[in-house]
Amino acid sequence: MSSHDPHSPCCGGGSCASDQENQSHNGHSEPSSCCGESRRDFLFMTAGAMAAVGAGSVVWPFVHQMNPAADTLAMSTTEVDLSSVEVGQSVTVMWRGKPVFIRRRTVKEIQEAADVDVSTLRDKQADADRVKAPEWLIVIGVCTHLGCVPLGQKTGDMRGDYDGWFCPCHGSAYDSSGRIRKGPAPKNLEVPTYSFLSDTLVRIG
Amino acid sequence: MSAGPRKPFENKIVEWVDSRLPLFTMLDKEYGVFPTPKNFNYFWNFGAIAMFMLVTMIVSGITLAMHYAANTGIAFDSVERIMRDVNYGWLLRYIHMNGASFFFVAVYIHIFRGMYYGSYKQPRELLWIFGVVIFLLMMATAFMGYVLPWGQMSYWGATVITNFFTAFPLVGESVQTLLIGGFSVDNPTLNRFFALHYLLPFVIVGVVFLHVWALHVTGSNNPSGIEPKTKEDTLPFHPYYTMKDSFGILVFVIIYAIFIFFMPNALGHPDNYIPANPMVTPAHIVPEWYFLPFYAILRAVTIDIGIPFTEVTIITAKLGGVLLMFGSIAVLLVMPWLDSHPVRSARYRPKFKFFLLLFVVIVLVLGKVGGMPADVPLFHITENMIFTTTHVAQIATVYYFAFFLVVLPILSRVEKALPVPASIHESVTNCKSSCEGNA
Ligand code: HEM
Ligand code: FES
Repeated sequence: MSSHDPHSPCCGGGSCASDQENQSHNGHSEPSSCCGESRRDFLFMTAGAMAAVGAGSVVWPFVHQMNPAADTLAMSTTEVDLSSVEVGQSVTVMWRGKPVFIRRRTVKEIQEAADVDVSTLRDKQADADRVKAPEWLIVIGVCTHLGCVPLGQKTGDMRGDYDGWFCPCHGSAYDSSGRIRKGPAPKNLEVPTYSFLSDTLVRIG
Repeated sequence: MSAGPRKPFENKIVEWVDSRLPLFTMLDKEYGVFPTPKNFNYFWNFGAIAMFMLVTMIVSGITLAMHYAANTGIAFDSVERIMRDVNYGWLLRYIHMNGASFFFVAVYIHIFRGMYYGSYKQPRELLWIFGVVIFLLMMATAFMGYVLPWGQMSYWGATVITNFFTAFPLVGESVQTLLIGGFSVDNPTLNRFFALHYLLPFVIVGVVFLHVWALHVTGSNNPSGIEPKTKEDTLPFHPYYTMKDSFGILVFVIIYAIFIFFMPNALGHPDNYIPANPMVTPAHIVPEWYFLPFYAILRAVTIDIGIPFTEVTIITAKLGGVLLMFGSIAVLLVMPWLDSHPVRSARYRPKFKFFLLLFVVIVLVLGKVGGMPADVPLFHITENMIFTTTHVAQIATVYYFAFFLVVLPILSRVEKALPVPASIHESVTNCKSSCEGNA
């Protein structure tokens, strides 16, 4: 059966069965490119699409199981009492398995952080956008390069050239606002969500 | 592997099995009478040695797994228990720990052999590619194995390496979270790393099978780089190379045993005997020695790549480092097409030989600076310009890539090779005195 046959019943709604019958009657060996094919194509495509959806829905649980589980996700919050922290001191607290740096900055450190020309920074952020109270700087103590904990929390630690933190892993230096100033890290130390419950009590998370 | 025309075996049981599944016919064909170039030097031992090490790792690993507990609360202690209380536990662990190093020693020499004698060239490209895939799988396996004892280097190594993925824009963070199963490397990470550390060696076995299959289709290369032409050029694998390989393995195992029994921690880092602590980064994080050249390449990129005179950054320094590091291995995959010189062996290509040996030196230099902290001042160039380890790493990285992307294509076109002997037989008989010891 040729597709040019004007009497072809197929496109007018003939079934594949009749199409095949015609074919064998006429002794054609070539498969028809007419409706039998397009019907079949359609069935192939829908069946294929369903199979893909099916396969995807089977694969997804096997992939998604690797994502954080409900207990890991259960957002933890940490409350920290700051009353014992003196000016110039720092404390480190654990939040979501990561260290959080809390520093009570000196006037010099606040001044240095505010004086920097923001346009010269790699990750442009003013100090004012990174703190709620200028005296308290709260940042996640994870280097934005490859995740080490920078030094600078303890007295005597190396603090880099910018009065902040120095990452020993690949030499990133952060300033007194936790902003990246030197080395391979691309971003400033991340500021977590936090709120002051009182002057000396802060809740992280 | 099909039966084909089969010669009956004398032993009745062997014959009974072989007529139903021609295992013994296959073994005899592939490892008995298999025609093998007669001029192999000791570099050709390292495939068999690597195979031996793979089996050693699987046997020692499975026995360790009988005592190891993949839980952050007790992982470190369970390894210490293996060391102190489990019968011969110390031996199993030292075999496994040093085995990883010696596996890499064997594979690095094996890869160098392939490069020096042009074994990656047509028609062995696929064989070479399977080799690079094995190398990649080994790196993944060793990395995850190193995390299991849950010491400081385990934890911080895992943190640094999984952080590579955050370098990729948009999807990076979610991919990293997916990999470690949380906000930081923790118990879910340790669990899945153990599962994968157990699995991957068996995947390696599968790829090794393909690697050897491909080898037995093309046949081995040899130090002259000339294909065998007549029977004069080859020897049956057994007993000639079964013997030579056994001898090579023996010598290798003696050196390996010296490490296991007399200096088991020489290749490791003492900080990994400190339990993992997420709050304190060790002063100097270094990966295992076999990763150091690639670690140096990672750290060599210190500047963002952007559109000049604008603020736009296309590739951050971090992403650049990660891409170069992966690229340094990916470039091996295309080596057969970068070097299209018709002569295989470096013996007859003095220029190629020079640049290849320089490449080896450069990789060693990368390994050296990879093990040192970044930005260590070495000497002053001028009053305030200081030459540091990072500069060394940068120069070495440039050569690493230039060797593949510039030197090989150019030499393919311009290098005039020395006269190549007509056959393997001639290459051995004609140069008894002149080229012996000339590798
Ligand atoms: C390609 C082969 C393998 C390589 C390169 C490899 C590599 C490593 C490495 C580097 C370590 C850390 C050793 C240390 O510092 O303590 C390790 C630990 C371990 N591996 Fe493997 N491994 C391999 C195969 C296996 C297999 C097949 C198993 C079977 C389950 C296994 C089970 C273990 C266990 C339980 C540990 C933790 C105990 C320990 O740290 O000593 N390994 N592996
Ligand atoms: S992780 Fe801090 S500089 Fe690389």
